[in-house]
Amino acid sequence: MKVGVLALQGATDLHLAALSDVGATGVPVRRPHELADVDRLILPGGESTTMSMMLDAARLTEPLAERLADAMPVLGTCAGLLLLAAEVGDGRSDQRSFGALDIGARRNAYGPQTESFETDLPVAALGSPPMRAIFIRSPIIERVGAGVEVLARLDGNPVLCRQGRAWGCTFHPELSGDLRLHRLFCEETA
Amino acid sequence: MRVKRGLAEMLKRGVIMDVVTAEHARIAEDAGAAAVMALERVPADIRRDGGVARMSPPEMIESIVETVTIPVMAKARIGHFAEAQVLEALGVDYIDESEVLTPADEAHHIDKWRFTVPFVCGATNLGEALRRISEGAAMIRSKGEAGTGNIVEAVRHLRSITGDIRRITVADGAELYDWAKRLQAPVALVREIAETGRLPVPMFCAGGIATPADASLVMQLGAEATFVGSGIFKSDNPAARAKAVVEATTNFDDPAILLKVSRGLGGAMPGLELGGLETRLAERGW
Repeated sequence: MKVGVLALQGATDLHLAALSDVGATGVPVRRPHELADVDRLILPGGESTTMSMMLDAARLTEPLAERLADAMPVLGTCAGLLLLAAEVGDGRSDQRSFGALDIGARRNAYGPQTESFETDLPVAALGSPPMRAIFIRSPIIERVGAGVEVLARLDGNPVLCRQGRAWGCTFHPELSGDLRLHRLFCEETA
Repeated sequence: MRVKRGLAEMLKRGVIMDVVTAEHARIAEDAGAAAVMALERVPADIRRDGGVARMSPPEMIESIVETVTIPVMAKARIGHFAEAQVLEALGVDYIDESEVLTPADEAHHIDKWRFTVPFVCGATNLGEALRRISEGAAMIRSKGEAGTGNIVEAVRHLRSITGDIRRITVADGAELYDWAKRLQAPVALVREIAETGRLPVPMFCAGGIATPADASLVMQLGAEATFVGSGIFKSDNPAARAKAVVEATTNFDDPAILLKVSRGLGGAMPGLELGGLETRLAERGW
């Protein structure tokens, strides 16, 4: 099974390393034929505006929309979650969001980098101990549609959710060395 | 430290652009910049005008923070921890303790562990990089020679850093102590490099990038993202060049895309030969 990691801009390397650590084959995706060749996809953190523009420049926007419509398993982390959302607040009017998750999220909602943080996050689906979750200029999920299952909350706000085969989290599982979410993503929908 | 280094991870394969006005910042974001660096004057102008170069006025940085949605960095003088305190209070996302500004302390860099905001620092070689990391820098950028549009120093510094990293990975245990002595760097960091084959923090490249091919060159030499200063706003068509450098950084290993984005950009910034420089900015820092 090949798991692609979108490699246009952002934290691609650490997702590839995490995939390798859970025994999956991770491959960077920058071109349409590379997207066609993967079984599932991770959209990493980074700048959602830059990634959106580079998706257009690489002619990946349409093929990605098609794969998502075909229910390819996908995990979006932070900026990647914004690409999966239905609505993005405080973003640019021209930035892409594919609506694979019926959520509304507000970009960089905690404030500047000095408000970034890490914390213990209980996730029932992952058992104990809690995840060490690292939030970097993270978005906040402000609306959750009826078909979306919330898997973890922090201070009442959803921070990890899924809808069908689309998963999204506002934190960075690739930064903490805790591989459980990557493992769950690779196994659960297999 | 993971939170500080985390933002650097998010900027990889991106371009951080020097901007001096909100209008510049908007052009940078429109072009796909991953972050902007707010400063009073671009390095080419600092070089031309001379005088003491300091932290930018807060109003100018605030106007840029209000204009863009991407991270905003700002520069403090080497050793000027009070400027850094002001920038942290203002709420910038990263501080560049930068040799482009006039140094405030000729012996000491800022103790960066005392801050919540992360720092990037320049380095010309591996020892300098490791000293900055030991002081708490969460990102290293090779210095190059800012404001020249000449890539030769960036290449020298990148090759020096990556070459020594490669040599350390084949050193034996006893040799690592000698490396630490020669690099004037903590042996624990040298040992970490021997084990991982890379710097403990992301390494970006700055100083002299003027064309899409320059960006591709430094990425192929091991940089993980690029800083572009005078190269964009001292060129004929900043908006087009900015976008081209962003695409070149993302697709640095694809010559067909590099060719496409290198067309129709108008003139690049006028470059400077290193031999004619009065001040070598890269020599600042200890």
